[in-house]
Parts: sequence; C-alpha cells; structure tokens
Amino acid sequence: MTGLLSLITFAPMIGVAAILGLRLTGKGRDEAALEGAAKWIALVTTLATLALSVLLVAQFDAKVSGFQFVEDVAWFAGARYAMGVDGISVLFVLLTAFLMPICILASWTSIKTRLLEYLIAFLLLETLVIGVFCALDLVVFYIFFEGGLLPMFLIIGVWGGQRRVYAAFKFFLYTLLGSVLMLAAILAMATTAGTTSIPELLAFKFDPALQTWLWLAFFASFAVKMPMWPVHTWLPDAHVEAPTAGSVILAGILLKLGGYGFMRFSLPMFPNASDYFTPLVFALSAIAIVYTSLVAFRQTDIKKLIAYSSVAHMGFVTMGIFSGNVQGEQGAIFQMLSHGLISGALFLCVGVVYDRMHTREIAFYGGLTQRMPWYAAVFLLFTMGNVGLPGTSGFVGEILTLTGAYGAATWVALIAATGVILSAVYALTLYRRVMFGEMINPKLMAIQDLTAREVLIFAPLIAGTLWLGVQPDVVFNLTAASVDNLVAGYRAATGR
Amino acid sequence: MLNLSSALSLALPELFLAAAAMALLVLGAFRGDRSTWLVSSLSVLALIVSAGLAATGPFGTAFSGGFVADAASAFAKVFIYGFSAVAIVLGDRWLKRIGGVKFEYPVLIVLAALGMGMMASAGDLISLYMGIELHSLALYVLAAFRRDDARSSEAGLKYFVLGALSSGLLLYGASLIYGFAGSVKFPDIAVAVANGAEPGVLFGLVFLLCGLAFKVSAAPFHMWTPDVYEGAPTPVVIFITTAPKLAAMVLIARVLSDAFPGALDQWRQVIIALALISVTVGAFAGLAQKNLKRLLAYSSIANIGYALIGLSAGDQQGMQAMLVFMVLYMVDVTGFFACLMALSRGGKPMESLADFAGLVRVRPGLALAITALSFSVLGLPPFSGFWAKFYVFKAAVAAGLGPVAAVGLALSVVAAFYYLRIVKTMWFDPPAGEVDPAPLDARLVAFGAAIFSFPLVLLALNPLDAYALTAAAALAVP
Repeated sequence: MTGLLSLITFAPMIGVAAILGLRLTGKGRDEAALEGAAKWIALVTTLATLALSVLLVAQFDAKVSGFQFVEDVAWFAGARYAMGVDGISVLFVLLTAFLMPICILASWTSIKTRLLEYLIAFLLLETLVIGVFCALDLVVFYIFFEGGLLPMFLIIGVWGGQRRVYAAFKFFLYTLLGSVLMLAAILAMATTAGTTSIPELLAFKFDPALQTWLWLAFFASFAVKMPMWPVHTWLPDAHVEAPTAGSVILAGILLKLGGYGFMRFSLPMFPNASDYFTPLVFALSAIAIVYTSLVAFRQTDIKKLIAYSSVAHMGFVTMGIFSGNVQGEQGAIFQMLSHGLISGALFLCVGVVYDRMHTREIAFYGGLTQRMPWYAAVFLLFTMGNVGLPGTSGFVGEILTLTGAYGAATWVALIAATGVILSAVYALTLYRRVMFGEMINPKLMAIQDLTAREVLIFAPLIAGTLWLGVQPDVVFNLTAASVDNLVAGYRAATGR
Repeated sequence: MLNLSSALSLALPELFLAAAAMALLVLGAFRGDRSTWLVSSLSVLALIVSAGLAATGPFGTAFSGGFVADAASAFAKVFIYGFSAVAIVLGDRWLKRIGGVKFEYPVLIVLAALGMGMMASAGDLISLYMGIELHSLALYVLAAFRRDDARSSEAGLKYFVLGALSSGLLLYGASLIYGFAGSVKFPDIAVAVANGAEPGVLFGLVFLLCGLAFKVSAAPFHMWTPDVYEGAPTPVVIFITTAPKLAAMVLIARVLSDAFPGALDQWRQVIIALALISVTVGAFAGLAQKNLKRLLAYSSIANIGYALIGLSAGDQQGMQAMLVFMVLYMVDVTGFFACLMALSRGGKPMESLADFAGLVRVRPGLALAITALSFSVLGLPPFSGFWAKFYVFKAAVAAGLGPVAAVGLALSVVAAFYYLRIVKTMWFDPPAGEVDPAPLDARLVAFGAAIFSFPLVLLALNPLDAYALTAAAALAVP
C-alpha cells in the first residue's frame, strides 16, 4: 500500500486545518464552545492517526530487512520526496501515534490559555516527528527533524512554567547548533556520494577519513537530541518548564530521534568512524548513567528528577547502539520504546499532582497513599518500570543493552550495571518521600484521587508497559530482520 | 553604426524605461501632485512592461560591448523591476496615509530601477559606473524623502556622503584596472589577467570590490546600513534592501567572472573575507539591537554574507545559489518590512522590539506572518530561508569551501537568537496595548510574503531553480 506513510504523516495536518478553520470562522462565538470542539477534533485526528499506524504495523512484513511502503517522487534541489519504514523505524511511528492521543487527553483541562494554538502546535509536532521516522531522503529527514523545533519552542515558551523563556531559548539554540553541523555533513555527503537518498547512502562506502568528520557532525546533532552527557543540560530545564504533555512528547518521542539517528545514519553509514569512536561513546554513556543518576538523587523537583533519570536511561540506549551486536541494538530499540511509555507515564503522574497542587516540590508532598490509593498504585508501577523490575518493559531493555555492552566491552557493562542500582535508589526515595509517611502538609488533605479521564490516560500505558514486559517478542519479531541486517553490515565493514 | 537597430532592440527595456521616466516626470510636473496616483500606476505599468521585455528580449552585446543582454541580466531585471513595482505600490499608499503625496516618488524609483537595469547589463567599467551612479543618486533622494523628518534627512545625507566615498574608491579601482589592463571592457581585461592578476590590477580589483561591497552593504563597508534603515521611510527601506542588492550582486558576479576569470583564486579570498566578516558582524551586532529596523539592517548584512558565500564558489552552481538566495531573501525581507508598515500604535509606527510584546493576542494574523518570516530568515526548514541557505551552502561545499560553509552555518545559530527574540516578544510576553487598524496594502504584501515563505515556496522552487540555473550559466567563471 503506497501512500500509507504520507497519509499517516500528514493526517494530523487535517486536524490542524480544521482547527484553523474553527479559529477563522469562530469570531464572536463562545470561546469555551470553540475549545471544546477543537479538543475533540484533535483527539479524533490523533486517534485516526493511531489507527492508521496500527494498520501500518499490521501490514508490515517482518521478514524483509529493507524498506517497505516506499514512496519516491522527484522533488527539487536534487532532493527526492522519499518515504519508507523498516523494522527499526516502524515501531517509532507507532509509539508517536500512540502517545499523541494521550497527550491531548492529558491537556484536556490543564491548559487554560490559547488552547486552539496549543492543539495546533501538538498536531504539527506529530506530523514532523512521524516524518522524521519515515523520511528516506536526507533533505526530507532534515526538514522534519529541524522543523520540530518550531512547535516545541512555542509549546515550552507559551504554555510553560516560570522560567519558560530561558528554557525555550536554551532548547532551541542547543538543538539548532547540533542540527546545523549535521546539515553541513549532509551537504558534504550529498557532494561526495552525489545523492541524498538514504537507501543509496546506506550502500555507499565513505572514505574513512571523511567518515570521521561526518560522524562527528551527526554526533553533535544526535548527542544533543539524545541527550548525552555533557550536552544534556538543556533537558532538565526544558522538562521542568514545559507543560505536562510537552514533557511527555519530549521524553517519549523527541529524545528517541537521537537514538534513531545513530542507528539509521552513524552506525551503518560511517561504520569505521563509529568503531573508532565507540570508546568515547561508551565512556560518555557510562558517565551519563552514573553521574546523572547521582544528580537525580539530589533533586528537589519531581520533574527534574525524572528528567535526569531520562538522561541516565538514554545512556543505556547509546551504550547498546554502539556495542554493535544484536543484543545491544535490540535492547536499544526496546529501551527507547519502553522509556517512551514509562517516562511519559511518569511525567503524567507528576502532572496529576501538579494540576491539583501547582507545585512539583518533593518536600511539599508526603503520605499521598492515604488520600490517593489508585494514584499510588499507578505511580508505583511506573516507578518499578523505571527501576527496571522484571515483568515491566524497563527490565528487558536494560538487561539486553547490558548484555550487548558486556559483549563489546566488559568495563562499560560493569559501570552501567551500577546504574541499575542507582536508579532504584533515586526512584524509590522519590516514591517514599512523595507517597509514604505521614501527611503533614494540611493543604494536601483535600487532594482527590484519579479522575475517570486520568484513568483512561494511564490505562493504555500500564497495559503497554506490562505487555512489553512479559511479551517482548512482539517487538523483536518486528525488528529482527532489520537489526540483523544492520549488525551484519557493521561487522562486515569493521571486521569485528 | 552597422547594427544600430539590433543594439537598440537589445537595450529596449532600458530605453523604454528611460523614456517612460521622462514622460512621467513631465506629466507630474504639469499636473502637480494631484496626478500622483496616475503617475504611480503608469510607473508600475512601465516597470512590468520592461520586465516583460527583458524576459522575452533577444540576447547579445551592444554598443561595442558596453551593454550585455543575456540570461543573467534578464533574470536580474525581471526581479529588479518587479520588486521596484512593489515598492511603488507600498510607498504610494504610505505617502497618502502620512499626507505627503509627491509624484516624484514613483519617478525616482523608476530612475533607480533603470540604473539597476544598467548594472545588470554592464559590459564594461564605464556602463558599470553609469548604472551605479544613476541608481545611487535616486536612492539618496529617496532616503531623504521625508524632508520634514530630521531622521530621514540624516539618513539621506549619511547615505550620500558615504556613497560618494565608495564611488570614489570604485572609480579609483576602475582607473587602476584600466591603467594596468589597458582596457575598460570586461573581455579585454579578462585576456590581460588570464594568468592571474598582477599587483596593479589586483590593487584596482580590491578597490573596485570595496566600492561594490558598499552597495550591497557587506561588512566592513556596512556602516551606513543601520542608520539609513532606521531613518529612511519604511517603503524606501524595502526598496533599498531588495532590488539594488540583487543588481549589485549580479554586477559583482559579472565583473568577477567576465573580467577576472583568471584571477579566481585571488578574488575568491576577498569575497570569502567579505562574506565571513558580514555574517559575523550581522550576527553579533544584531544581538544588541532594540529597534526592529536596525535589527533587520544587521540581518540584511548577515544575509548578504551568505549570498557572497554562494558567489565565492564561482561556478554555475554557486552563481545559481546566489541568485536563488537573493530572490528568496528579497521576498522575506519585503514581507518583514511590510509587517512593520502595517503596524502602528496611536499613529506612530511600531519599531522598537518592546512595541511587539504580546502581539499575537492583538493582531494574530500579522504576528503569525512575522513569526513565519522570522523563522524563514533564521533558516529553519521548511521555510524559504532554509532553502536559500541550503542552496548556498551546498554550492560552497561542492566547490570545496566546506570550512567556510561550516563557519557560516555555526554563525547562523548566533543570529537565530535575535529572530527568536522577536518571536518570543510576540508570543510569550503580555500585550503592550491596542494597535491601530492595519492598512490593506501592507497587510496583503505581508501575508503574501509569509505564505510564500511556506508553503508556496515549494511550488516556486522548481521553476526558480531552473530559471536561476540558465542565468547562472551566463555568470559562471568559465
């Protein structure tokens, strides 16, 4: 079925057009009625996109290692509008489509100002992110990759917290600097190979000396996006200031662009450089895992704590990717998917209490189990997922990336394994301080448990986390062919 | 004159424009300011006819090599005359609003456009200088068009004094080139410097380039730009920042590739230096600006730097990139200034950044247009500004100027800060108060430019790409 990918990518734009139409024709009408209509339009659009993505995965042939659902039309400036998915990217399309309706639902009542623009920004973001995963041409990829900065800048800056301006600028400029270096590399690749088509570039063998520069330029972009230590500092700021749904998108999807980029470009296109720089990536990953876990432990803001824990978990992903073996790659993909669900859910958990109390200070809370038993149960599940308890999806990703890293370099696996313990330290401490103990703060006495809407938000995330935890094969079956292909190519090029 | 008729047919667009300008001047002089509307309409018509003549006219050289009509000049003239027409439309309405209607305004723009047409078709140093002076003198008067406004007069005077200085530099360079190369004709100079320029010619070339750099406001010859942009009437600024820049860029490209192809490695250094200094100055100096017109002045300095990076490649791809860049940039900047024209508060134009606080709640349409144009000039995909930069940097990398491209790209992140600040002020800050109703003409141009920057650019790029490629073939260093 050709055209399905473009349909999925641009389906959210139909919602954008509808909401824009509402805005233009809605002069003088009741604002509340407009907002109600816009919310339903956004929800229906994202659900339709989700349905199309499910259809995509259902029709996806897991035995083929190459690209499927390929579309290819001549464009301009030598670029082609080319789309396609393989086993590595197809699940990220699904993840994006899966998280978006949840984000819309999570914003249902918590966004008080300019809701229509907010929904437009989210739908725009969905198009751009799905486009990144589907693009089969570097120019198209870059447009989607970089275009995502615009809606995210506005989401953080307009609907964010106290220091939103600082956070929005930091997010934009950090990411832009990384991206323009990647653009320079893209231009160099286009000149050297004479094409910007990703499948052709995957087959092209770059000169090892050139590979080093190209790898570094791509690394600059993806490391910021990932984010890897020491260029992670934009992330806590962006997370803390972004509205809840913005944090979910940021942690759940945007961070995955970095890991996806490494697997799509760095490893297969510049294998020699990747091999050469593997110790560097391992070192940075190990530092990220240990250091940011320790930093997370010292946070007083719940969101910041989870943000730092995200950096640590992304350390496992980079470690897995650059271990260059099947376990590592599979683990990295799995870890990204699982982290998309779990960290997204954790930010939603923060949003639940933030909507009620308007503070994220850990010290403000305590003893919530007494008033919010259901919430406590949900939070516990995702805390355990974050720690990597067997039975949740978090465990599978961690164990596989560790196994992969053990095969590549024992010392990294050794250091990274301490991160598993450290994550238990900060996550359980957080849980104890917020949930257990006496309810000392009188303001908390009247706090309400989860509403039906919130239960509806968490239900799919709980199901996903547990299902992937006990049935990880559903993921591996889809990714196996492409990952085998990737690893075989990498092994052949580097002779390992 | 054996082939006078063919020579005249080659120069027909300019002859027509000159005749039209004279006729309109007479018409205006007899009928007075009452006839301004008629003069403006006829000027626009004359420019459109000339653009059509230039686009369809025959190619060749006339007046013993002094006048060249080729694909490059045709390309340049279509856009020069087109943007001049836009400046007339916007300016005419604007003058009516401030109650200072003068029929000289459209005539001066037509005369300036005529000079730019000559620049685009210059085939020797004489016609080069003639074109530059004709358009410059008209621009000096236009900058000082609001005689009762001290800032406008100051802008005109500054522009004139510094412009005269640059003309002096340019003439001195031209005389050196003539002295050492023995001819003013570009092809003859090319023969004389076939194996690289000797010091005397090189000296002249550098002076010539300094004079031309002044005209495109490339740093370090940019000092006039912020003051003139701030002081001159906004429609005049739109004019100054679009058509003359394109004309001067085409002229630079033509001089370098027709007269100095053998000295490519030598002039490339000069162009790269100009380009990188411009990008740096534009990026860093723009950070400190609180007045939007001054900010856009620095932004234009930086963008000329990017166009020069394309030019420094010297080959067909580089020239194509330069032309595409200029056209896309001209649309963006026209839209940006049209937004400024559309916005006023209590009868006073909104120029300081603080005036734009919270604009998205007061004037969502215009705020959205400014947002799109800001991101476009910043170079964010998928807006037109990204494609402009994409062409330029692709050409630079292909010509082996990868490091130059990398520096230019990195500096674009610095400049991104001030474009973001505009967006931030409009979107994140609380509203600064009510805004006057926006005039229709400025709004139309602003929305048109914003919609062009995305998504119309995607339709326009393919034909523009092809058209610029044929034009670039005439400009490329052989």
